[in-house]
Amino acid sequence: MTGTLLQIRNLECFYGPVMAIRGVSLEVPEGRIVTVLGANGAGKTTLLKTISGVMDPAKGDILVAGASIAGRDPDRIVKKGVVHVPEGREIFPLLTVNENLAMGAYSRRDGGVDADREMIFGYFPILKERLGQTAGTLSGGQQQMLAIARGLMAGPRVMLLDEPSLGLSPLLVNDIFAILRRVNAERGVTMLLVEQNARVALEIADEGYVMELGRIVMEGPAERLQQNTDIQEFYLGAEQRGLRGERRWKRRKSWG
Amino acid sequence: MESGTLETLQLIVSGLANGCVYGLIALGFALIYKAAEQVNFAQGDLMMFGAFVALGLANESHMGLPFWVACIGAIAVMAALGWLLERAVLRQVFGQPQIAVVILTIAIGFLLRFVAGIIWGHDPLTLESPIAGVNQHFGTLVLGLDELAVIAVTLALTGLLFGFFSRTRLGIAMQASSQNQLAAYYMGIPVKRIHGLTWALAGAIAAVAGILFASKGSIDPNTGLLGIKAFAAAVIGGFGSLPGALAGGLIVGLIEPFAARYVASGYSQIAPYAMLILVLLIRPRGLFAQVHAKKV
Repeated sequence: MTGTLLQIRNLECFYGPVMAIRGVSLEVPEGRIVTVLGANGAGKTTLLKTISGVMDPAKGDILVAGASIAGRDPDRIVKKGVVHVPEGREIFPLLTVNENLAMGAYSRRDGGVDADREMIFGYFPILKERLGQTAGTLSGGQQQMLAIARGLMAGPRVMLLDEPSLGLSPLLVNDIFAILRRVNAERGVTMLLVEQNARVALEIADEGYVMELGRIVMEGPAERLQQNTDIQEFYLGAEQRGLRGERRWKRRKSWG
Repeated sequence: MESGTLETLQLIVSGLANGCVYGLIALGFALIYKAAEQVNFAQGDLMMFGAFVALGLANESHMGLPFWVACIGAIAVMAALGWLLERAVLRQVFGQPQIAVVILTIAIGFLLRFVAGIIWGHDPLTLESPIAGVNQHFGTLVLGLDELAVIAVTLALTGLLFGFFSRTRLGIAMQASSQNQLAAYYMGIPVKRIHGLTWALAGAIAAVAGILFASKGSIDPNTGLLGIKAFAAAVIGGFGSLPGALAGGLIVGLIEPFAARYVASGYSQIAPYAMLILVLLIRPRGLFAQVHAKKV
């Protein structure tokens, strides 16, 4: 359980002329939850898109269990056991819940699909009730559950989760993160979790990285990041009155 | 039955038969638009080409194969041609603005017309089909077997396609990648291969439409210009909606003979487009447009 399942080495990535990722390296140990924190535009989503093959890296390498997947087509990468649960859910709105789940298992040829569907209903009982319903008519929280469930249907070794808390009520966020923790503990699914909601992310993560403007500016075990004053100030929203503006500037400089 | 009703019935049947051909071409438009967001202006020419391939295989003066073998052969050839066009030509402009696809497919249409002219000549030819010119008598009502066959085949094909899209994994994957292409990539659906298969399917449907059309009358390389009427049908039905495409085809098909009979013969050519303008004024998205607004 201690080997590195997903490794990213010196990754660089461009949106046209804009360099979105500027040499990122990180490691996700097997069976762990690793979170990448950062503000809008830090390059977190780009990082996940590059791992899942929707974008091609300009430089660097992505290894899954030691084998390179950088620049491969997304369907080959899903077959390697890496599945991306995108930001904003991105379900198939006119298909039923059941058909959405079936599409999650599209890359699979093994017989475990039906058993996995039952396993998923254990985590998300609401989806079993809504099986025949058109997915676009589900509520936001249910759509997020469907997106995670659809990802699980691929039988992944690593799940890339992009902002699963986006646009959900605090109560629902807690529910969904509790389920993610259970999936990780019970099914051994490794997770790379990208979040702006640092509080919930650091609660379930084992390790964390902080990304800013395409670079990793800080990394460490989740508990240590929770204690860090910069993290508390910028991501956990701890109030520091008075010198705030000046401090902010100084701190940012010191991270470079 | 009195002669007025009889005539109306005959007009309806011939209008439906024409409408089925329009509907099938419109279906090709809708399929490719739905799956790949490409507007294929060569769909009418694919239909024409499919008809000529069937004719080339079946007619005594050419290869003289049995009719059914020729049909299957033409469907296979056109499916392969559709797949090849996507693979070799359209994939090159993947991600380019829509206008590139439009111009490219118009050019493909021209090319198909020229190639057909070179191979089979520019004079009208008729497909030697066992159903052509046979009349079916229902009491005093006389209907062409060809027209009935067109309607029956279209119905069967529609049922088949419906089953394919709602029941098979590949069909659902085609729907999925048209609804949310990015998510389809994330789920490991090979989207590009799906586009290729969609073009193959559109080619096969074009072949069926071509065979049906050629069973009702003569064809020449310019027959494919019928695609414009089918395009109007697809827009009337709601572009990208499969049931809408068929319904649009039937509406256009039905308007024509009635406009010719009850207004004046010249109006039958204008009537479909008048209908198109009317529909666009009342329901800009078409009659059967899916309510779901696309996220940009």
